[in-house]
Amino acid sequence: MAKTGVYTFLVCVLMGVTAYASFYIAPTESTMGLVQRIFYLHAPSGMVSLMAFMISCIGSVAYILTRKPKWDWLAVSSAEVGVAFCTVVLLTGPIWAHPAWGVWWAWDARLTSTLVLWLLYVAFLILRTMIDDADRRALVSAFFGVFTFLDVPLVYGSIWWWRTQHPQPVVFTSAGLDPTMRKVFYLSWLSLTCLMALLIRQRYELESSREELRTLEQELEAT
Amino acid sequence: MRLLANTTALLGKELQTEFRSRELLITTMFFVLTVIALFSITFDAAVSDPKNVGPGLLWLAILFSSSLMLQPCFLKERTNDTLSALRLSVGDPFAIFLAKLVANVCLLLITELLALPIFAVFFNVKIMRVFPQLMLVFLLGSIGIAVTGTALSAISSQARMRELLLPMLLLPLLVPILLASTEATVALLGENPALRLDWMAILAAFDLVFLTALWLFGEYLLEE
Repeated sequence: MAKTGVYTFLVCVLMGVTAYASFYIAPTESTMGLVQRIFYLHAPSGMVSLMAFMISCIGSVAYILTRKPKWDWLAVSSAEVGVAFCTVVLLTGPIWAHPAWGVWWAWDARLTSTLVLWLLYVAFLILRTMIDDADRRALVSAFFGVFTFLDVPLVYGSIWWWRTQHPQPVVFTSAGLDPTMRKVFYLSWLSLTCLMALLIRQRYELESSREELRTLEQELEAT
Repeated sequence: MRLLANTTALLGKELQTEFRSRELLITTMFFVLTVIALFSITFDAAVSDPKNVGPGLLWLAILFSSSLMLQPCFLKERTNDTLSALRLSVGDPFAIFLAKLVANVCLLLITELLALPIFAVFFNVKIMRVFPQLMLVFLLGSIGIAVTGTALSAISSQARMRELLLPMLLLPLLVPILLASTEATVALLGENPALRLDWMAILAAFDLVFLTALWLFGEYLLEE
């Protein structure tokens, strides 16, 4: 319990520092101005959500192979956290796009593929609510989780081919990004990754408590 | 070899049950036509720019109708309680999937073949000169729809709200198929018809990836 408290406190501090850095330390971008600062939340959230979906896929595959419930808990926890971060991406995107592009939404490659990704994982979470038996739910959703994750590169590839208008990523290329901006960006990525780990952990604990409760209830009924 | 023999036997059973009543085929066919007609009425662009909008509408109609058509595929085994018998009768459970998905590809292709002339009349496009290439696009597209659709039908048959669940799971998953086959069809129906190999590659990759996944993991879906 105490460990969780300390970790939560550290993540909160880190998030606070990141927020301060994004608003006050990172220089204002010359053409886009203040609105560009949303980038420190927007882009890392996208990367973190992909990371969470990847963890979810690992959980799904591991569940199919081992049938240990803990892998199912991991799959569902990280899928939920991934959807949360993906929602942040989809909400902050339009806030940036409206002043920068003049429209809230454009059907360009990244936006469309992120939206499809979000739909896929929401479908995954809805599927889970539609099956009552716990083992069946775990197995069936693990299978769908694998299918969904396999679909991700195909969705990205096909939509990419279809159209592209999104600003190309500048973070990993050597030129193009101010050094302070880059540092703040990495800091933000780090703190959101820690937040993701915290959320997945908490959600996992919740799932394990639910399972414990279910077992206790069954035992009570048996006696 | 066992797999092949089992699959052919099961495929015969699937097709025979369908062709006895032809219920699924006829209903799906009219559903496709209804969707195409409604889309064309709603979007005026279909009339002003038929060569570019038509294929998209056609493929959307195919996707919607297949998400309904694939529903009974595993549901009928569950309602008739025949799934365990099927499992016992074959060595490799993949044969069940393979037979069902080949049957579904056949049904989809027949539906598309029947809908195609009417689509050509509605949208005033020439299909005869590119017919073989068009069929190739339809074949690869239908395989993609059938592979994922058959697998997800096995999933949704085990859940509540299954009628709504299958389209909700299947349609976003089929986005690559929708885009690739629409673009390939647009290229074939244009002024200078061309078979777009890049889109065909995406279709083939989709088919291959999901067929492999079904082969690897499919049997777990049939556990009782």
